[in-house]
Amino acid sequence: MVETVLETSGLTMRFGGVIASDNVNFKLQARELRCLIGPNGAGKSTFFKCVTGLLKPTEGHVYMRGQEVTGWQTHQIASLGVGIKTQTPNVMDALSVHENIWLAARRFYSIVEARERADEIIERLALGAIARAQMGQLAHGERQRVELGIVAVANPWLVLLDEPAAGMSAQDVDRMTDIIHQLTRFAAVVIVEHDMQFIRSIAQTVTVFHQGAVLMEDSVENVMSDPQVRAVYLGKKA
Amino acid sequence: MSRRASQDVTITLVVSAFLIWFLPLMISTYTLTVLVIYGMLGLSLGLIWGFGGILCFGQAAFFGLGAYTYAITAINIGESTLPMILAVLVPAVFAALLGAMMFYGRLTDVYLGVITLVVTLILFKFMNSTAGPQYAIGNARLGGFNGIPGFQTLNVPGDPSAYIWGDTYFYVCALALVIVFLLVTWLLRSSFGRIAVGIRENEVRMGLMGYNVAARKTMLFAIGAAIAGLAGALFANWGEIVTPNLFSLGQSAEIIIWCIVGGLGTRFGPIVGAAGLAYLKFMLGQQSMIDNTLIMGLILVLFVLFLPRGLVPAIETLLNSIIGHKKRKPKPHRMRRARHG
Ligand SMILES: Nc1ncnc2c1ncn2[C@@H]1O[C@H](COP(=O)(O)OP(=O)(O)OP(=O)(O)O)[C@@H](O)[C@H]1O
Ligand SMILES: [Mg+2]
Repeated sequence: MVETVLETSGLTMRFGGVIASDNVNFKLQARELRCLIGPNGAGKSTFFKCVTGLLKPTEGHVYMRGQEVTGWQTHQIASLGVGIKTQTPNVMDALSVHENIWLAARRFYSIVEARERADEIIERLALGAIARAQMGQLAHGERQRVELGIVAVANPWLVLLDEPAAGMSAQDVDRMTDIIHQLTRFAAVVIVEHDMQFIRSIAQTVTVFHQGAVLMEDSVENVMSDPQVRAVYLGKKA
Repeated sequence: MSRRASQDVTITLVVSAFLIWFLPLMISTYTLTVLVIYGMLGLSLGLIWGFGGILCFGQAAFFGLGAYTYAITAINIGESTLPMILAVLVPAVFAALLGAMMFYGRLTDVYLGVITLVVTLILFKFMNSTAGPQYAIGNARLGGFNGIPGFQTLNVPGDPSAYIWGDTYFYVCALALVIVFLLVTWLLRSSFGRIAVGIRENEVRMGLMGYNVAARKTMLFAIGAAIAGLAGALFANWGEIVTPNLFSLGQSAEIIIWCIVGGLGTRFGPIVGAAGLAYLKFMLGQQSMIDNTLIMGLILVLFVLFLPRGLVPAIETLLNSIIGHKKRKPKPHRMRRARHG
């Protein structure tokens, strides 16, 4: 039997009258690659935040590898081995690329190992030329790549990426695709994305969010050709 | 890394040995002693604010707490060793409790400022109201606004009659500052220090990496308070009296000004700022033409406007450009804004 690494049941998040997350039941298996799509405001980021402890869900439960983690704090969840990239870039702007990645590695490895792992990831993500540069000076695509490095260096078994390819050039996106495929060798990966091209190129199963709830969950082809999905999402985009 | 560390230690020792030899030729050791003590107090805030991003409006509270702890226990024990140790521990424990409340409660920076300010005020008011004989701890009467005089001052450990005073006391204080400075250097080079800087830069990201931000900020806050407490105890020995003015808001504000003028985010800046401004205040105190609070205010405004990063970073930049130690020019700001949601 394949292990379920992430499960939510009845996950609901209300902001006053707004139901941002509506009774979401979600299941993810080890080393699965899953895409979340849905129009703006569909509740994808809110779902992520509830799972990662950045928000406390109003109702429902979250399980990771069978353990209930509902209401845990972000650092506790991350300490389990969960890598998280938020929609808004979250990096240390005044520090170097190397220091950013080293800090992420140091949480789980000794000083020496952390440096080795940071060097290794920097090489793998082709960040060598900018390793000593300050984060704040980098272009957007580079920053996104470094943030992926921050996630990858900790060797997580569950990775949650909120719009990792947003605002990237085609070349950057290609590189991102490679990195994500490498991640799936050891980790289950959930990606929120709007870029259909990108989703087609990587995803197997897609979950569609609409108005906080799960509208459907199926293979890329079936989702793309579904009239209802086209109506709420694709139609709007075209 | 370790070569750079030993280089750092060597430079620190050479520079401080020179200063400890040279400065007494210009300024009386009695005045220098208090400058050194203020330098240590400045460093305590410079550590938590400059490297941990914790702006504490009540650093004077820990300074005063250290001084009072020393005075009270010194009267009761009659020997200075244990009181010195307690003067470090009591403020540290107090700060750990206060810090835990604030950081685990996820208070924003503004509330942090307000709470540390209010705690300082409360201590000030309370100490001022302890004039009656009912306010005594053991043999030590708190004495209200008159403070506590007449306690055992620093002695050679184990020998209460061998007082350490005068020039010797200056050397002891200077040595203490050098040791604290080296410890701070070591702390900042350690993983703990690098993580603290990460937290200063982006708490959310450090949390997402799995670091317990609240616990680490609490710890750093307590370390800062321990250093301030040590400075307080040294100050009590220097003045041979402790009064509630140690807790005053003016004192707290001054520490913040020292850090800004000297240079935040450097180890040396807050010490230079503290000693420099305290000396200036001392000089101004000897004349009555100009009000010295006005001058302090003016200096702060000038620095904020023209040298916002402070004295030490500005001098560093200057030296680097003279020596031709060219730093790589930062690339133009190419960052585009990501989509926010
Ligand atoms: N902190 C908040 N307070 C109030 N309402 C919120 C809050 N966060 C999100 N919402 C609302 O919840 C809904 C879902 O927002 P969410 O950010 O999860 O959408 P999303 O699917 O990530 O959209 P996008 O594709 O634009 O990132 C929106 O209607 C949003 O306005
Ligand atoms: Mg979103």
